[in-house]
Amino acid sequence: MLYREAGQFKTSYEADQAVFPIRQDRWVIAVVLIVALAAVPLVIEDYWTNAVMLPFLVYALAALGLNILVGYCGQISLGTGGFMAVGAFAAFKLTTMFPGMNLIAVLLLSGLVTAGVGVVFGLPSLRIKGFYLAVATLAAQFFLVWLFNKVEWFYNYNATGQITMPPREIFGFLVTGPAAKPAVKYLFALSFVIVFAVVAKNLVRGRIGRMWMSIRDMDIAAELIGVRPLHSKLSAFAVSSFYIGVAGGLLFTVWLGAAEVTEAFGIDKSFLVLFMVIIGGLGSVLGSFLGAGFLVLMPILLKNFMVGGLGISPVVAKHVEITTMGVLIILFLIVEPHGLARLWQITKEKLRLWPFPY
Amino acid sequence: MGDFTFFLETTISGLMTGVMYSLVALGFVLIFKASGIFNFAQGVMCLFAALTLVGLMEKFGLPAWLAIIATIGVMIVLAWLIERFVLQYMVSQSPIILFMATIGLAYVLEGVGDLMWGSDVKLLDIGLPQGASDWMLDNFNIYVEKLELVAGVVAAAMVAVLAVFFQKTRIGRALRAVADDHQAALSVGISLRTIWVIVWSVAGIVALVTGIMWGSKSGVQFSLSLIALKALPVLILGGFTSIPGAIVGGLIIGVGEKWAEIYVGSLVGGAIENWFAYVLALMFLLVRPQGLFGEKIIERV
Amino acid sequence: MKLKIFTTLLVAAALALPLAASAGAYELNVPSLTYRTGPYAPNGIPFANGYADYWNLLNERDGGIEGIKINLFECETAYNTQQGVECYENTKGQNGGSLIYQPLSTGITYQLIPKVTEDNIPLFSMGYGRTSAANGKVFPWIFNFPATYWDGATAIMQYVADREGGMDKLKGKKVALVYHNSAYGKEPIRTLEVMAAKYGFELQLLPVDHPGQEQKATWLQVRKDRPDWVLLWGWGVMNQVAIKEAASVRYPMDHFVGIWWSASENDVLPAGDEANGYLAATVHAAGAGFPLHQDIFKFLYDKGKGAGERERVGEVLYNRGVLAAMWTAEAMRNAMKIHKTKEITPAMLRDGFETLKVDEKRLAELGLKGFTYGIEITCANHSGPGKAAIQQWDAKAKQWNIISKFYDRMDEITGPLIEEDSAGFAKESNITPRSCG
Repeated sequence: MLYREAGQFKTSYEADQAVFPIRQDRWVIAVVLIVALAAVPLVIEDYWTNAVMLPFLVYALAALGLNILVGYCGQISLGTGGFMAVGAFAAFKLTTMFPGMNLIAVLLLSGLVTAGVGVVFGLPSLRIKGFYLAVATLAAQFFLVWLFNKVEWFYNYNATGQITMPPREIFGFLVTGPAAKPAVKYLFALSFVIVFAVVAKNLVRGRIGRMWMSIRDMDIAAELIGVRPLHSKLSAFAVSSFYIGVAGGLLFTVWLGAAEVTEAFGIDKSFLVLFMVIIGGLGSVLGSFLGAGFLVLMPILLKNFMVGGLGISPVVAKHVEITTMGVLIILFLIVEPHGLARLWQITKEKLRLWPFPY
Repeated sequence: MGDFTFFLETTISGLMTGVMYSLVALGFVLIFKASGIFNFAQGVMCLFAALTLVGLMEKFGLPAWLAIIATIGVMIVLAWLIERFVLQYMVSQSPIILFMATIGLAYVLEGVGDLMWGSDVKLLDIGLPQGASDWMLDNFNIYVEKLELVAGVVAAAMVAVLAVFFQKTRIGRALRAVADDHQAALSVGISLRTIWVIVWSVAGIVALVTGIMWGSKSGVQFSLSLIALKALPVLILGGFTSIPGAIVGGLIIGVGEKWAEIYVGSLVGGAIENWFAYVLALMFLLVRPQGLFGEKIIERV
Repeated sequence: MKLKIFTTLLVAAALALPLAASAGAYELNVPSLTYRTGPYAPNGIPFANGYADYWNLLNERDGGIEGIKINLFECETAYNTQQGVECYENTKGQNGGSLIYQPLSTGITYQLIPKVTEDNIPLFSMGYGRTSAANGKVFPWIFNFPATYWDGATAIMQYVADREGGMDKLKGKKVALVYHNSAYGKEPIRTLEVMAAKYGFELQLLPVDHPGQEQKATWLQVRKDRPDWVLLWGWGVMNQVAIKEAASVRYPMDHFVGIWWSASENDVLPAGDEANGYLAATVHAAGAGFPLHQDIFKFLYDKGKGAGERERVGEVLYNRGVLAAMWTAEAMRNAMKIHKTKEITPAMLRDGFETLKVDEKRLAELGLKGFTYGIEITCANHSGPGKAAIQQWDAKAKQWNIISKFYDRMDEITGPLIEEDSAGFAKESNITPRSCG
């Protein structure tokens, strides 16, 4: 009843092609943004920032990047952890080499560095396809981690290879380091995610996004109608790696503040982000957020529910939590194989007809 | 020790390690061949099988042979459960969705295995020989692990049995038919669901064998599930659909990474074998994008 | 729809959680970050059990510390940094504030160092974590006594020198270090390099990647080069495989020395008789023969209140958990004494740590005579005396025996390294080292 587009007439091409053509969608987005930008910072504290919101935002950004590659361009990548490490170490080197550099610039430059690395490791995709391509990106994953662990220059020659983020300010507000206010950290990460989500949404509906999707749907056919595979695949690798690099930079600088490459950027990160993309929905910007939300928040929710709510011992709760996550994943795939984003879409379609579905 | 002897020893050790990798890869290949599913849960299945085996031996005091038979029974039941509650809803989904479903499965098996048997490290001793072969060491000064010799024999036997099973038996033919084309197979009266139960059972048994081999080496514990990572380059190199490919791929990766670690690794600071395995697989793939023994990729518009 | 209701319920339960905290009488809040799951669970379980048993014993036997009950609560990290952070943020304010953190993980320790410094909660990384945190001027909230990895490295090398017949005999010897390729495993390299240069032995570095199930290449190199000594800096499954492989290549076990984290029953038992004679550094004795353990049996296990299995009380890692809890409890007692209040805050506990003195006499009172050595912590030195002994595994009797004296650390080696590393950290993080009176 409420969610209905009847009576909303489009009078211009721009209006017809808007990101959110339906008025109710725009309201929802506006409300979400206002809550996220204005209401949340007022109440957020350490726990919600460090354990809930920052992981969610960082992973959402990484999932967004990976979704561009896997969901839109159809190239499977298991190198996410390695590319996040590039972003993190680039940020560390830049900010310790040039302490005066603005953190936003540091993160964007880290993204650029990662994009370059991503293109190099994307080259084999021109010849190798499908699951086989995963090997090229896995090679990247293991090689990059080894490199950052081995070459002392990357961690400024300290004794163990742990990197720690020094405190940095933006517009007079401390953003990194333990003394930074939770709300500041949250807003900083959030603004990155919002800007990048808007950019992504527009990229994928534009010319370049259509190019990617044509490669994904059938690369030979795309080639025949004049889409250059080299250009599109490598651009997807570049853009995707850029996002992932910035996510890695945020992970290190704002969220964790200290990292060790073998632990923080191992192969399990690569898998985790890929799971988020698949669970959330391949080829969907919203799906990246839903997937990240599901895999970051659900375990915490289950844990707090079982340990705090039911008083189960933490160990048993952990086992049950893992099992439950597995069951939920399978359940979701049976109910809707195309991810949470598709589930949302179906809900919206049902809402349009509600309460008179005939 | 002479340089040549050492080279020989490195090569032999590499081959032996390769066989151990092949065992893990075999389980992947079986399932991929028959259902096109990349089974992420294979590593956890190894852990689960080994945990069950140790649990039965420790908690119920069963002798090794009886425990193995009982564990095989458990793995068959597991295969049936997987088909009943997961796979039958997933017919004709895209590969990546099936892959994701097996990830869910991996979570469940890990959680249930831990809940049932605890996450302590457990010793697995079913009487397999351990340590270096003294005879080889004394006569030729070459170091060969006895357990790995056994693994080699077991792998060879398993491949032989599987080859006969796939080529000569009725069920084997049905399996190949399903692998070729689900719908065509269904239309000539092959039950997809039965076939899936059979394939997952066989993969479960392979997982048990793998679990026994690796578990005897390092004790049964969570890390056992991580050996799946070692099988990935093997799998990719050998091709996802070829049983001989898994073996040959394993041998190439095993030898290649040992050579690299010892002759190149010592120059650049070591621990390169992990990524080198993937780089090696990558180099092969650039020449043959479908893997060594994979089916030729035919693309049509 | 059912799913939605379920989710809503979950959310509600999770949100209601912080409110559920009851405001009862003052208790000593001791969070225990455990890992009873995940790849390192076999090591995490006995430590967590020992840690829990000691606190519970204090509650059961003495009614707490100076009459104040201890509130011990566990949070599962699975040895994962991210979950460790979640646990820290979740527990630090619980029940009115946690007093102390002991994550038993290098990764989580590094993660928490800046956080606890900001939140003013002491962090006790007993024999692990960041070595240069020994410098109390730069790291006022971090304690890593009784000994750091660098102390351990010098102790092991002194033992090696004793066996070889003196420090000057090290010249021309070859020492291999087989290490976990992570921050933890890389810890001793600097120290050993300095010592190698000073005493003229050759150091061979053999990294092993996580998890370390496959170490063939490493041990082939050991077999070929036959180093005179092999040191092991491993964790988890890597230890078991390393000891087994060493036995397979017939490397003599009495020339194979592990750090204290490569020395639990879990590590040597899978290798069976072949592990006989394996050496490892330690800061305390193994076994359940101490009066304290009898109390643990009497007050906990006989009443079914033990955290683990009865027969595993007294294992190396179990005893280490007991030791960590014991020193923390003594620091609490000390804090109560110097601040003349029983309701201590984390900041008071820090003072308690910084002036902590547990000598042989006090150990005997605690029922731990000969369990470990006496320690004294000061404002500048947070790593204590840094002594370590060597223990040897007896595969027949299935027990560890301490076979050497407790070696003092070599200050001339580790001192400058700690100074250098902590100064680097201070500079990077804009910390001005405080002065110690």
